[in-house]
Amino acid sequence: MLARIAEAFTQYVPHNRALDLRLEDFADGMALFRLPYADHLVGNPETGVLHGGVITTLLDATAGASVFMKTWKPVPVATLDLRIDYLKPATPKRDVLAKASCYKLTRSVAFIRAVAYHDDENDPIASAAGTFMVSTKGRSVVEQAGSTG
Amino acid sequence: MSELYEKLLAARESGDFGALADAIPYAKWLGISAELRDGELIGTLRFDDKLIGNASLPALHGGTLGALLESTAIFQVLYEAETLALPKTITITVDYLRSGRPVDTYARGIVTRHGRRVVNVRVEAWQEDRARPIATAVVHFLIEPIGKTRVDGS
Repeated sequence: MLARIAEAFTQYVPHNRALDLRLEDFADGMALFRLPYADHLVGNPETGVLHGGVITTLLDATAGASVFMKTWKPVPVATLDLRIDYLKPATPKRDVLAKASCYKLTRSVAFIRAVAYHDDENDPIASAAGTFMVSTKGRSVVEQAGSTG
Repeated sequence: MSELYEKLLAARESGDFGALADAIPYAKWLGISAELRDGELIGTLRFDDKLIGNASLPALHGGTLGALLESTAIFQVLYEAETLALPKTITITVDYLRSGRPVDTYARGIVTRHGRRVVNVRVEAWQEDRARPIATAVVHFLIEPIGKTRVDGS
């Protein structure tokens, strides 16, 4: 099941695939993604630290996935807002993990919290809070996986 | 003097941030650049298939718009701030207003306050119609006062 869902999040989301984002784990309302370190994702070539935009994308993707883990239905979602606090730079050459929790779901809106980290989610690189609209236009990644798989 | 520092000085002089953006691996890979147009520094995210987040609409991945907004804000700070060190992002808050269609996206940042340690920037992204922004952000940067550190870390 993890492999099937993980494939949907990469196969049907071209930018996740471009970043080589990997769904590593999920549970009720929770998603965990891995971003493998890559030289072309660096923001400061003199330190090798990843660009903030990559961390934003990782957190956005993980947060969106956590909404699906809450709905368990193929509903498309769209980010309404996302606030990210950068707590410390990512360590060069190391993968970054992101864990998101969808802690409240209403008919129209999902509320999420997320962190990006290397080893310990209690010592994060970045922390995020956001909201998503649910049941937007378009088809969800999982629905697309179902229709072709 | 580092290569990045030289490119920053050249960009501030000419208003063309293309060479500086090319020196930032992620900006180059994603397709982000910035240049002066009629006195305004405009950031650009060139459309590419790899930017798509929702293939069925299709729509740009929200993270790529966040990256354009943050990068444009950084270029604006580098352009006008009294610092030659790369500003560090403390917080970015992005509001997504409309889905990003598969075309080029532009952004413009306004420094709302320039303090001694913190610079606040408001930034807006649009596609064909500037009056219909697709995303906006507020970014708070930590900066080093001039003379303390430089972009080359010396």
